[in-house]
Amino acid sequence: MTKQVQKLDHVIIRFAGDSGDGMQLAGDRFTQETAVFGNDLSTLPNFPAEIRAPAGTLPGVSSFQLHFADHDILTPGDAPDVLVAMNPAALKANLKDLPRGADLIVNTDEFTKRNLAKVGYDISPLEDGSLERYNLHAVPITSLTVKALEDFDITRKDAERAKNMFALGMLSWLYGRPAESTRNFLQAKFARKPEIMKANLAAFGAGWNFGETTEAFSVRYEVRPASLAPGTYRNITGNTALAYGLIAASRLAGLPLFLGSYPITPASDVLHELAKHKRFGVRTFQAEDEIASVGAALGAAFGGSLSVTTTSGPGMALKAETVGLAVSVELPLIVCDIQRAGPSTGMPTKTEQADLLMALFGRNGESPVPVIAAASPSDCFHAAIEAARIAVTYRTPVVLLSDGYLANGSEPWRIPDIASLPDLSSAFSFAPSLGEAAGGEAAANGDGEFQPFRRDPATLARPWAVPGTPGLEHRIGGIEKADGSGTISYDPDNHDRMVRLRQAKIDGIAAGIGPLEVDDPDGDARVLVLGWGSTFGSIGAAVRRVRNAGHSVAQAHLRHLNPFPSNLGEVLHRYDKVLVPEINLGQLALLLRGRFLVDVISYNQVRGLPFRAAELAEVIEDVIGHA
Amino acid sequence: MHDGIKEQNGHRLASLALVPRAAGLATKDFKSDQEVRWCPGCGDYAILAAFQAFLPGLEVPRENVVVVSGIGCSSRLPYYVNTYGMHSIHGRAPAIATGLATSRPDLSVWVITGDGDALSIGGNHLIHALRRNVNIKILLFNNRIYGLTKGQYSPTSEQGKVTKSTPFGSLDHPFNPVSLALGAEASFVARSVDSDRKHLTSVLRAAADHQGAAFIEVFQNCPIFNDDAFAPVKDSAGSGQLIRLEHGAPVRFGPGGETGLRFGPFGALEPVPVAEATPGSLITHDTSLADPSYAFALSRLDSADFARTPIGVFRSVDRPSYDSLMAAQIDDARARGGDGDLAALLAGGDTWEVS
Repeated sequence: MTKQVQKLDHVIIRFAGDSGDGMQLAGDRFTQETAVFGNDLSTLPNFPAEIRAPAGTLPGVSSFQLHFADHDILTPGDAPDVLVAMNPAALKANLKDLPRGADLIVNTDEFTKRNLAKVGYDISPLEDGSLERYNLHAVPITSLTVKALEDFDITRKDAERAKNMFALGMLSWLYGRPAESTRNFLQAKFARKPEIMKANLAAFGAGWNFGETTEAFSVRYEVRPASLAPGTYRNITGNTALAYGLIAASRLAGLPLFLGSYPITPASDVLHELAKHKRFGVRTFQAEDEIASVGAALGAAFGGSLSVTTTSGPGMALKAETVGLAVSVELPLIVCDIQRAGPSTGMPTKTEQADLLMALFGRNGESPVPVIAAASPSDCFHAAIEAARIAVTYRTPVVLLSDGYLANGSEPWRIPDIASLPDLSSAFSFAPSLGEAAGGEAAANGDGEFQPFRRDPATLARPWAVPGTPGLEHRIGGIEKADGSGTISYDPDNHDRMVRLRQAKIDGIAAGIGPLEVDDPDGDARVLVLGWGSTFGSIGAAVRRVRNAGHSVAQAHLRHLNPFPSNLGEVLHRYDKVLVPEINLGQLALLLRGRFLVDVISYNQVRGLPFRAAELAEVIEDVIGHA
Repeated sequence: MHDGIKEQNGHRLASLALVPRAAGLATKDFKSDQEVRWCPGCGDYAILAAFQAFLPGLEVPRENVVVVSGIGCSSRLPYYVNTYGMHSIHGRAPAIATGLATSRPDLSVWVITGDGDALSIGGNHLIHALRRNVNIKILLFNNRIYGLTKGQYSPTSEQGKVTKSTPFGSLDHPFNPVSLALGAEASFVARSVDSDRKHLTSVLRAAADHQGAAFIEVFQNCPIFNDDAFAPVKDSAGSGQLIRLEHGAPVRFGPGGETGLRFGPFGALEPVPVAEATPGSLITHDTSLADPSYAFALSRLDSADFARTPIGVFRSVDRPSYDSLMAAQIDDARARGGDGDLAALLAGGDTWEVS
């Protein structure tokens, strides 16, 4: 049967099912096929914190949204064009996001009286006409899968579990996705269970063939590859990019990588990824708790490793005292906070940007720490290298902020040429043994005694004197140190000086970062939209909409949250109005008002989800209207 | 520099096999220029002196010795030892030392801690460092009181202890540090006394000779807030209350050494006059038993009145250390797949070309 092919420039698909239905896997595979096909894409996995929430209930619904296009895109999309609902709960939980006329693919087998009752449907929505506004495709996915697999030597339960592959096959046909990568994936994943492997391959094929032959689908869609910049691409999640960035930084600095970590959602995948790469000399230490994980990292930093700890909000709270010690002893340490919705346990699998002020200020005493944020999943790679650069150059802990959306979301990434990455080995050197080199003498006082707190005049960094270096034996600790000699000091003037020196060192980092760049193509914008972190995509998409509607608006995005780029104040004062959208209650806005006395307009949502570009566009237009 | 020190250098101590060797050091080489600021008469002085005098015998260069401490009176010790050192935060020294020792097999890493630091705020790190068998040596100065905060009861204070924070007597049942360490299956557990320099030195030496985590409880007198807490065991010659453990020797104690130990019906050790014992029923001390039950039974001889208090090495067994296992995993991975290739890593997985 030949089917009509309809060309689209972009599609947003959402797979939704029970948390045991394998929707994340189906979404991942569809993403990989789409990446290989050459579309630009952006994803939004959304799942409950419970591993297996009660089956068939609303809290147990897991979904995966994928936006792909023939042009470059910035977000996983606001509303799906296609919803795949594997059961009544998935339908009910996601229907409100589905616009009129959208395609709705429903697994009718799961619409039993019992499953309908679980989510409060008295009458099946398949029968009461309530779905008439959508382009409904009613497909008995479970029974078709089981039937396709009846000749396999597997249990009925195993056959039913393959229904996600049937759905994936169907969608892959519908959008003309290349199937090879999924077949390879299944062969590798189930290499030790050949019967399960064959069954999954068969289910995938059955779904594909069903799409081709059934009359449920009269149209097949085509989304042409995007014209991205030339290069080799791969799809990458934020957590994988972060792990790769840390490994790259270790190589670029010529320092062994040490990770101290304790499992926590949504940061654990960084630990999982780094644990694989022992060939790079990576030491991963799964500690007994968050405190030990950062403590071990600090110990390794004393010993000359590139040291990292990874966590999320609750873990950040526990690490605070050790980060304070790192500030005091002035050793390099990278603290990655993959933010999630708080306070307390909050919503572990949902995203938020509400740890900014904790990162800046969540320690006792005057305890300045540089803070940077990643803007997109692949940007986590570059953010990690930048965090390492600051840490080793200035001998300081650095907080790197990512979040659940970046961590689990993915996008195509043009693989960088190694030679294009910054050389971190020139950013620091271990202090030479006394008398060994001229630099060693510079670190000594007139009596030839090592001065562990004598600072580099340019960076104000103190010597990184690692154990094993003769003549540099010294003691460091959390007690205030005398300027230069580093011995214990309770002298009032010395403390005042050391507090200011530590602050000046962090402030001085601004000199080594570029100015904040503003995107204002028309050059006449009176409104600036300023963001930080993972809102980059949503803000960018919203700004595009506003510009397409004929308005001028400027956009800028902060990587460095502490210290700010040195031209930030000047940029803020250049515009009539500054809009600051954040997934918190206005934390950057508070900093900007405090530092620059600018009355920025704060726009906030804390729904555990990224901003919707359409909503944000309305907010921007509203601000422009009042400017 | 440090990642490369892999060659065996013929050192005689197993735990220092990867540490460079230096001869000709003296006690004075391990004294820093800092004025020691403990209270007059504090047991810490004696422990510091024993530690400084013992270090030259290790024949490890000063720069390869690192002393890490937490917070408390004892934790000031690193300032007084002219090696590398870190005076860290309350309770966390074992965690910090774990990161250091795991990433630097060429260092001799010592942890100095106290009963509050190691057993209260840092209890978790202590037991996990011990179970992992990280190659660190932990000296717990047990004075059964909080000194630096001026005299509150500690997790080793006897129940009913009247202090500033417990004017009606403490309610907590105390930890026995040796029992705790053995419960965590520490591979080396010992106890000594601040006032017995010779014994303390021998225990330090045995700890240094142990590959993996070593735990030493040192009874330490606090003359200000808990004076004479260990008075019953101070005069080791007279009272006969100390049970001096020697590997391979029959356990004998009491006046004239006329008492031995045998196992009772439920695995507890019970004292018995040697003269009355059935031949072969008395215990000969063995530190090398894989099962920690015997060593644990020894630790349970302790009582509030110190009537029978074992000191010496309770347990010393061979078990691969955490840092060596981690290094072996890295070496194995490299032997099989070669050193990591960054470009290949980044280009791994499904890729596609855009031209």
